[in-house]
Amino acid sequence: MRKALLSPEGILVVLIAVVSAYLSVATQGFATVQNMFDLLNNQSVNIIFAVGLVVVLVSGGIDISFSVAASVVQYVVISYLLTIDGGNWAIAALLTCVVGISLGLLNALLIHRFRIVSIIVTIGTFNLFFGLLMYLSGGRSIYSIPDWLYSRIPVFSYELERGSATLYLPVLVMAVMVVLTGFILSRTGLGRQIYGFGSNPDAAKRSGVNVAFVQAFAYGWLGLCAGIAGLMQAHIVREVVPNALYGRELDILAAVVLGGAVLGGGRGTVTGAVLGVMLLALIQNGLNLLGISPFVFKVVVGVIILSAITVRNLDRLLPKLSSVNGKGEADA
Amino acid sequence: MTDYALKAENITQKFGAFSALKNVSFDLKVGEVHCLAGENGCGKSTLIKVINGVHRPEPGARIGFGSGQSAGHITPSDAKRNGVHVIWQDLAVFPDLTVAENITFDSFVASPLKPVGSRDRKRRVNEIIARLDIDLDPDELVGNLSIAKRQLVAICRVLDADAKIIFMDEPTASLTRKETESLLRIVRRLSAAGISVVFVSHRLAEVLDVCERVTVLRDGNLVGTYPTEGMSQKKLSKLMTGMDVHEEPRGPQTFGETAIEVKGLTRRGEFADVSFAVRRGEILGLTGLMGSGRTEIALTLFGMNKADAGQILLEGKPVSFGSNKDAIAAGIAYVSEDRLNLGLIQNQSIINNTAITVLDDLADPPVFLAPSRLSQLCTSWIARLKTKVSDPRLPVSVLSGGNQQRIVLAKWLATNPKVLILDAPTVGVDVGAKAGIFEIVRDLAATGMSIILISDEASEIHTHADRCLILRNGRIHQQLDPADVDEEKLEELINA
Repeated sequence: MRKALLSPEGILVVLIAVVSAYLSVATQGFATVQNMFDLLNNQSVNIIFAVGLVVVLVSGGIDISFSVAASVVQYVVISYLLTIDGGNWAIAALLTCVVGISLGLLNALLIHRFRIVSIIVTIGTFNLFFGLLMYLSGGRSIYSIPDWLYSRIPVFSYELERGSATLYLPVLVMAVMVVLTGFILSRTGLGRQIYGFGSNPDAAKRSGVNVAFVQAFAYGWLGLCAGIAGLMQAHIVREVVPNALYGRELDILAAVVLGGAVLGGGRGTVTGAVLGVMLLALIQNGLNLLGISPFVFKVVVGVIILSAITVRNLDRLLPKLSSVNGKGEADA
Repeated sequence: MTDYALKAENITQKFGAFSALKNVSFDLKVGEVHCLAGENGCGKSTLIKVINGVHRPEPGARIGFGSGQSAGHITPSDAKRNGVHVIWQDLAVFPDLTVAENITFDSFVASPLKPVGSRDRKRRVNEIIARLDIDLDPDELVGNLSIAKRQLVAICRVLDADAKIIFMDEPTASLTRKETESLLRIVRRLSAAGISVVFVSHRLAEVLDVCERVTVLRDGNLVGTYPTEGMSQKKLSKLMTGMDVHEEPRGPQTFGETAIEVKGLTRRGEFADVSFAVRRGEILGLTGLMGSGRTEIALTLFGMNKADAGQILLEGKPVSFGSNKDAIAAGIAYVSEDRLNLGLIQNQSIINNTAITVLDDLADPPVFLAPSRLSQLCTSWIARLKTKVSDPRLPVSVLSGGNQQRIVLAKWLATNPKVLILDAPTVGVDVGAKAGIFEIVRDLAATGMSIILISDEASEIHTHADRCLILRNGRIHQQLDPADVDEEKLEELINA
């Protein structure tokens, strides 16, 4: 019990409970079904990004190109669909997966085949993807998206006194990606191989882990998640703005690290990533409802991340408290 | 007739023009505990890799397992099928996975899509743990375990893979005496179960009595395979080095004034009420088990840690160090136990490693550092300490253990210290090179330097220290003159 509470996920649950309790009392609009549903609808894209990123972090890598990759997928897929008179969900989903995974595999190829550190590779592809997108699109946004993408698809409605609160398709997609990624990471042999590779790459190689495949899977999966998140984001905002997701990667990274993933690899969970995104979303939502300047949000995020990491390292920083004799007995 | 688990004959392994193994033969009986001994670079690892299927020897070799046919070479899958496993010194465990997941990791690789069934896994792991009669929690993260326990995890893992022949590379290098004993107990149990174990080691004293036979390699040649009965540490050293290493104990010496004195030094949780003095030209042995406070006292003298109580006097004057920078300036040098990580910056050049302690002094005018001054300094120390260096601009990692240790000494001697603290200066240094290191240490003492020699090897303390303090649980347990006791008695006192 104590162990569970002290895990990154446990701490996040406590923090989320505390923040929610405070906001319920301090604000009018927080503890309403409408607000909760809005939060979920708005955060589904971030959570899809986050569960993809956690796979890469667990494998010992990092990727900062995924959010602009999502923009590329949006732009490519929607532009293509417009040339074939709009298409439909099935074609869009297929294209999204293909383009998203390809962009992820490009990262994996550069990292594995040419032995380049993942942060350098993805800084490169980040600039490459974004630069090409802006150059080829001329920075123009697409406002006339196909009808099937324009109309919201409700998956669950809750009747309120006035009107109703509704969860839309992105929430369902998000739930599927969370469950799927969580299952792969924690319940399959492949998942353990990813943790093993992130934990000790040499040992994994010696144990016969197919390193190329593990890396291709990690970056490919993030590419897939990025593509899906991109499509969902276009669906939510009903337009494609090429630089809309630019900069999102650092917010997601912060949330995932808050959720217990470490940059060295081997640690991190899907639950933690989801909780990390939710905590930051709650705080942003709360500041909004409290009428505090949105600029404060960044300050709060910075403080939370720094203090979370410091607290986690505290046991290593504190001096040994055992007495000389106690220590002797432990050795004997 | 004896049953052989492995027979390898006429193994020659060439890498380009260099022959790492020359016509070596090696055999292993079922359930035997065997020692494969030799200095660094003698071909031990190459031989393991040939048997493990990593290298393909020259034609003419015969390698066979059990009663099966022998072949000219082994493939990795042959080795696996015949239950050959190597536990390398770095253990290759996964710190972020649990004990059970580490032990059964191969099943994740074999069936990546199969859901991870934790119950069956745990049952298997518990069986192995029970078989070895060891204390290991299957749900603990391996990252939270001591090195000794991680080693147990590695052993359990090869047992789960149905090992018949286990090579253990330097298994005792980072274990305390107690941990070593419990490892040896487990090895005996394995041997009783018909599993053959090969210790690959150059630290021999502790493994000698569990081994039935010892095979010695030198420069890629087979020196011979001998029964361990009647084999002494000295004889083995001679076989490994090809030299007669004999060191005379240090006779009575005359010393100068007191250089460093410690009164009632205490640091909570580490050591308490430690008092001693070292005179100029004296070598003080500081010994005790791992965790007895040896290294902790040294770190406090070196200004890395602050004492909670007590006094340090340098040439009669009380000193207080805010950091090790102050200690270095005051004339204290500390050669760390962990040469690989703390003693040297492995990927930096030999020159830079030698000069790093005195960069400020070498800068003339201040701030401007002439490369020629660095290399002059380095060359002069290389000559004085008789270090074998082909090119001082190469990374220090290219040097052998013994020569690396000379560079560590050079970097500290460059600070012109009054007190030199040597913490386990011969760990990972070959038998032959050890003598060379101590020759230097004795010469330094002769120039009037005070030396504190920290070691848990009784023979080193016995041969080289003028006086010896035995620590136990952070306190000075006993002070003695090594000349008054013999080596065995001293060993007993240290380990009591």
